[in-house]
Amino acid sequence: MYRYDDYDRALVKARVDQFRDQTARWQAGELGDEEFRPLRLQNGLYMQRHAPMLRIAVPYAMISAAQLRVLAAIAREEDKGYAHFTTRHNLQYNWIPMARVPDVLARLAEVEMHAIQTSGNCIRNVTSDQFSGIAPDEVVDTRPLAEIIRQWSTFHPEFAFLPRKFKIAVHGAERDRAVVQVHDIGLHLYRDDKGEVLARVWVGGGLGRTPILGEIIHEGLPWRHLLSYMEAIIRVYNLEGRRDNPYKARIKILVKALGIDEFRSKVDAEWASLKDGPATITDAELARVSAYFTAPAYAQLPDTDADYEARLASDKAFARWVQQNVHAHRVPGYRAVTLSLKAKGQAPGDITDVQMDAVADLADAYSFGELRSSHEQNLVLSDVELRKLPELFDKAKALKLASSTVGLLTDIICCPGGDFCDLANAKSIPIAKAIMERFDDLDYLHDIGELDLNISGCMNACGHHHVGHIGVLGVDKNDEEWYQVTIGGRQGNDTRLGKVIGPSFAAADMPDVVTKLLETYVSLREPEERFVETVVRVGLDPFKLSVYGESARDRANKKKEAENG
Amino acid sequence: MAEILKNGQVHSDNWQVLHLEADTDPAAQAVAPGQWLVPFNVWVAQRDAFKTRAGEIGVWLSATDDLNAVAAEFAAWPLVAIDFPKFTDGRGYSIAWRLRNHHKYTGELRAIGNVLVDQLFFMLRVGFDTLALDPKVSTEIALKHLTPFPDTYQGSTDNPEPLFRQVDRVLGGARS
Repeated sequence: MYRYDDYDRALVKARVDQFRDQTARWQAGELGDEEFRPLRLQNGLYMQRHAPMLRIAVPYAMISAAQLRVLAAIAREEDKGYAHFTTRHNLQYNWIPMARVPDVLARLAEVEMHAIQTSGNCIRNVTSDQFSGIAPDEVVDTRPLAEIIRQWSTFHPEFAFLPRKFKIAVHGAERDRAVVQVHDIGLHLYRDDKGEVLARVWVGGGLGRTPILGEIIHEGLPWRHLLSYMEAIIRVYNLEGRRDNPYKARIKILVKALGIDEFRSKVDAEWASLKDGPATITDAELARVSAYFTAPAYAQLPDTDADYEARLASDKAFARWVQQNVHAHRVPGYRAVTLSLKAKGQAPGDITDVQMDAVADLADAYSFGELRSSHEQNLVLSDVELRKLPELFDKAKALKLASSTVGLLTDIICCPGGDFCDLANAKSIPIAKAIMERFDDLDYLHDIGELDLNISGCMNACGHHHVGHIGVLGVDKNDEEWYQVTIGGRQGNDTRLGKVIGPSFAAADMPDVVTKLLETYVSLREPEERFVETVVRVGLDPFKLSVYGESARDRANKKKEAENG
Repeated sequence: MAEILKNGQVHSDNWQVLHLEADTDPAAQAVAPGQWLVPFNVWVAQRDAFKTRAGEIGVWLSATDDLNAVAAEFAAWPLVAIDFPKFTDGRGYSIAWRLRNHHKYTGELRAIGNVLVDQLFFMLRVGFDTLALDPKVSTEIALKHLTPFPDTYQGSTDNPEPLFRQVDRVLGGARS
């Protein structure tokens, strides 16, 4: 993975010094709360319900065992012994006192980590495919260009005070695992006939209050022009994006207002003078950064193993884990393994300091000391020998990191919600826990099959509820927490936004609602048909009927009730 | 007399910023004697009258001014200012960049308005050369915060070259 050179180190250290000084000036009253606010946000520091929340960047999902150990130590010594992986690869602490943050950042800098631009109205941490570099369907390894984008966007002088946050995602495989169409800029890297890397550029996607899928602004952009082209996009946005209303300030609103063609012509006009200029990425720079992402020293192994096969045949639990949590690898004899952070009773994405240390040990023992964080809020050991899978399973199971539910109903994506987040309208973790409690029968979960259930505690949609096969959105009605349900959303190459099934529900009803949705699916599904495909084929009505009942009057009443709050 | 920052030092300065008074026609806006930064629409309305005050009338821009129209006029001004109505309004950075790079403005470019300490580095990078600090900001503190970073990853007006073109960053190599 990428390692800092002296320049990177000096810049991150300077950032720590800068933030230490800013914090001191704020404490001394030289900086007002309003003036300090964007400065702390651009260092990932939020003021939350109980305490500050500190978000650490995990660039394009890559994290080393050494880094994870330091994250564990910080959780243990500075926080309450746990941390939370977010839906954008990052890691959050919830209980670090403000005054300790500069020291924590200094400690992170020693292992080449930071919290730069993990919040605020600036270019955020670039996200990617958690299987970059190892996926059999990968065409372009996104990591070198993602790192080049990270550096370009870091402390960009012109784009530190954009109208709103700005998220870039990159994928380079046949299957999009980075949900690029719901990002401000989404990049799909591919190759032309000659092997040259090109980008399909999407713009104006985003979830939140107004969910919109991105549109293609440029097809076939040669890789060397990525920075200058994005500079053009963001300059147009910085100048013309709305600043009168934060809910209408994302680039998606500007792109919709102008129309993609008009927006494109403005970008092209801006780009005309930048193209082939100094921002053009050089062969030397791509080669320099790519050299950090060479393949580890893989052993030459057969793509099978007798002990592994025997265990697979004899141990149903192991076989299930392999089916759900073990992923194909481009190198024979190797697999990628998802360590699930979705054990029953656990807040999705949460991990203790003890688990982090243990996962670091697993990464050292089984995966060349490297791991990934997925936007589904799990961890991935990227390079595990097939023959080691049985012993890894046993160890992961002992650590409660082997729930064989990756991609299934209880692999819930969930934001921290009202338990922690100041923005939330409703709690989300208790809903996730109640659903995990209700559906803990593995046979049933496997029978239901692939199902993305995503929960957000507010419109900001950190839990990506719009693209869940089942999406749950917490809403506030006269200080009561209600939950709106959407179905039919999906991520991937055919990303779609889910549709609302009707009036919202009380928290206590949510497990029943999910039960009814699943019963409807089971009664209607065709062989091999996933939940979301059944929704597409039969439409929303059968699901509405099962959830809300036959009586139209009932429904109308409920609606009225909900509207009256 | 006010103080501005220029070339890392404090300079005294006589320029005052004129805001168009409410319900006033730009052509009728009175401009007292002295050095004034006037809104662009006042300049357009009174440019002939200003000809007799060469060196005394500069223009400050807001985010809504048309830079093409501005570019046709700026040769007549001793300086251009860009207003930051609020420090979180980042349009001024891109306006400055465009003025310097698209419109090739080479004269003095001043940041005015809600100009605070922690944005000065960014302002200097995108093309401002003089900084009129918000009155509540200490010039002494500001002077200590002009260059918080030793290097810059990306190009901008101050140096269009990104770091990868400035230096040889060989794999694992040390800083030269």
